[in-house]
Amino acid sequence: MSQPAMINRYRWYELAGIYAGIFVFLSFILAPFVEGFLVSLKPLSLLFSSPYRFWPENGSFEAYRTMWVSVPGFARYIFNSFLVSFIVTAVVLALVVPAAYAFARFRFRGNGALLGAFLAVNMFSGAVLLIPLFRLMRSMGVLNTYFAMIVPGVAFLIPSAIWLLRTYMLRIPRELDEAAFVDGASHFYTLRRVILPIAMPGITVVAITTFIGSYAQQFIFALTFNSKTEYMPLPVGLFAYFGRQEVVWNELMAASFVGIAPAVIVIFFLQRYLVSGLTAGAVKQ
Amino acid sequence: MSVRRSTVIFAWFLLLPAVLYVTVIVAYPLVDTFILSFTDASLKKTTKWVGTANYDKIFNATFAEVIIRTFVWTAFSVAIKMIIGTFGAVMLNAAVPGRALFRVLTMPPWIVPMAIGIFMWGWMYNGQFGMISGLLQNLGLVSGPVAFLAHGSTAFWATIITDVWIGVPLVTLYMLASMQAIPQDLYEAAWTDGAGRFYRFRRITLPLLVPSMITMSMLSLIATFNSFDIIWILTQGGPNGDTTTMIIDTYRTAIGSKKYGEGAARAVLICIFLSIFCITYFRVTHRLASGESR
Repeated sequence: MSQPAMINRYRWYELAGIYAGIFVFLSFILAPFVEGFLVSLKPLSLLFSSPYRFWPENGSFEAYRTMWVSVPGFARYIFNSFLVSFIVTAVVLALVVPAAYAFARFRFRGNGALLGAFLAVNMFSGAVLLIPLFRLMRSMGVLNTYFAMIVPGVAFLIPSAIWLLRTYMLRIPRELDEAAFVDGASHFYTLRRVILPIAMPGITVVAITTFIGSYAQQFIFALTFNSKTEYMPLPVGLFAYFGRQEVVWNELMAASFVGIAPAVIVIFFLQRYLVSGLTAGAVKQ
Repeated sequence: MSVRRSTVIFAWFLLLPAVLYVTVIVAYPLVDTFILSFTDASLKKTTKWVGTANYDKIFNATFAEVIIRTFVWTAFSVAIKMIIGTFGAVMLNAAVPGRALFRVLTMPPWIVPMAIGIFMWGWMYNGQFGMISGLLQNLGLVSGPVAFLAHGSTAFWATIITDVWIGVPLVTLYMLASMQAIPQDLYEAAWTDGAGRFYRFRRITLPLLVPSMITMSMLSLIATFNSFDIIWILTQGGPNGDTTTMIIDTYRTAIGSKKYGEGAARAVLICIFLSIFCITYFRVTHRLASGESR
């Protein structure tokens, strides 16, 4: 019984080595955030002075107030990002839940090939297909609307969502479907009343990862298919802090942290789901 | 008989919306790219066939450089991501207090909107006031300010490092999950036989991780080859085209200069490379899966 405990017992120098390794690793991961946060506290005069100083002497949260004044549309950009991500997530779920169920449960000709085709979609990023997508959006008349970001956004998030949810649904025992079927339930009824409730945790994970994916990857479609300020999402809207002469770095960083906050809150509360969800969806990026 | 048929119909009914959507938004544009690449499409109203003229035009020394640069950039980025990511996973796999927190702290670069992380790196690379140049000067390692994004060779590496930073969390979490899937009794058996920690790592962990490493490298290769946001925000392909990869080059031609036809020809070449990677990936994962006798 004590074996697993014994095997995991570290000598002090092993422990020191591991913590040193973790420290170096996390320093690389977190350095930009630390630096970005310190920059948001520094007044511009201190930022643009040499020699470089790491700590913000007479730092303040002033930039977190002025950022709303110098770019009045900022709240709108956050709202846009949320709105786009929310609709994208809803559409992806509506398309993916039935498809994942079909892949998980039914054997039909072309099953494997179709699943492979979906996965192949992952390999082509939106960047490669921008030209025809631009023409397609133009002929659909959705350039410079929310749909210009939503329509292509959905397509590139479908494959990993299908993959993730299918894996989850494969784990639901088949006997449940069969029992319902024997009782005379239709396929549709079985899906709605038996499978959906059991698959809810899996659907939640897919919803979270899709939302985050959409929130994180709006840049290229928004940059190319939308030029209206009122529809700009956060990543593009942040360019408003790039003035004609110089970048208002402290406000840009403050705005970045305000924009990050929703994602950080999500990580904090849902990290348990996230780790399994993100790695199972490793097909994504 | 009819039950079986109704089942198949039901399956297709469930699949149809997703299939139609992806066909219109991804498959059709793929075909359209191919067709456009043989035309002189631009902002003009009329478009005419130009045969292979677009392809003839791009096969020159400059474009060959772009292709080579793309492969070098991608290769370094993937290799560094795999090394740092696997290192992180090995560290975070150790049963030490605080590891749950450390794992959460690994995620931000991937979860935060990419543009924001890239802005932060943009500031850190700033020569006059940025952290990297500043710290190097304070430590006396360099004598004057180093503007990392203003010189070709440093900009090349700077964009790679930022790409690595964004890609590492996924590699770490994936490798971590693979490590935890290794049966614990293998370690216990080795431990009972008196094998030390390093020996167990070298003889059990590493060999069993190889399939995951191959899978992850392939996935990372495809994602990295497609990398756009990082280079576009940091350097827009400059200075002097020293960070211009195939994606950036395509974007500049197609969206920047509005030469859709020429841009499409470049996109077709990217698609060909991606297809090769994709087929290789499916082959490799298939072989790995059958090797596991599943």
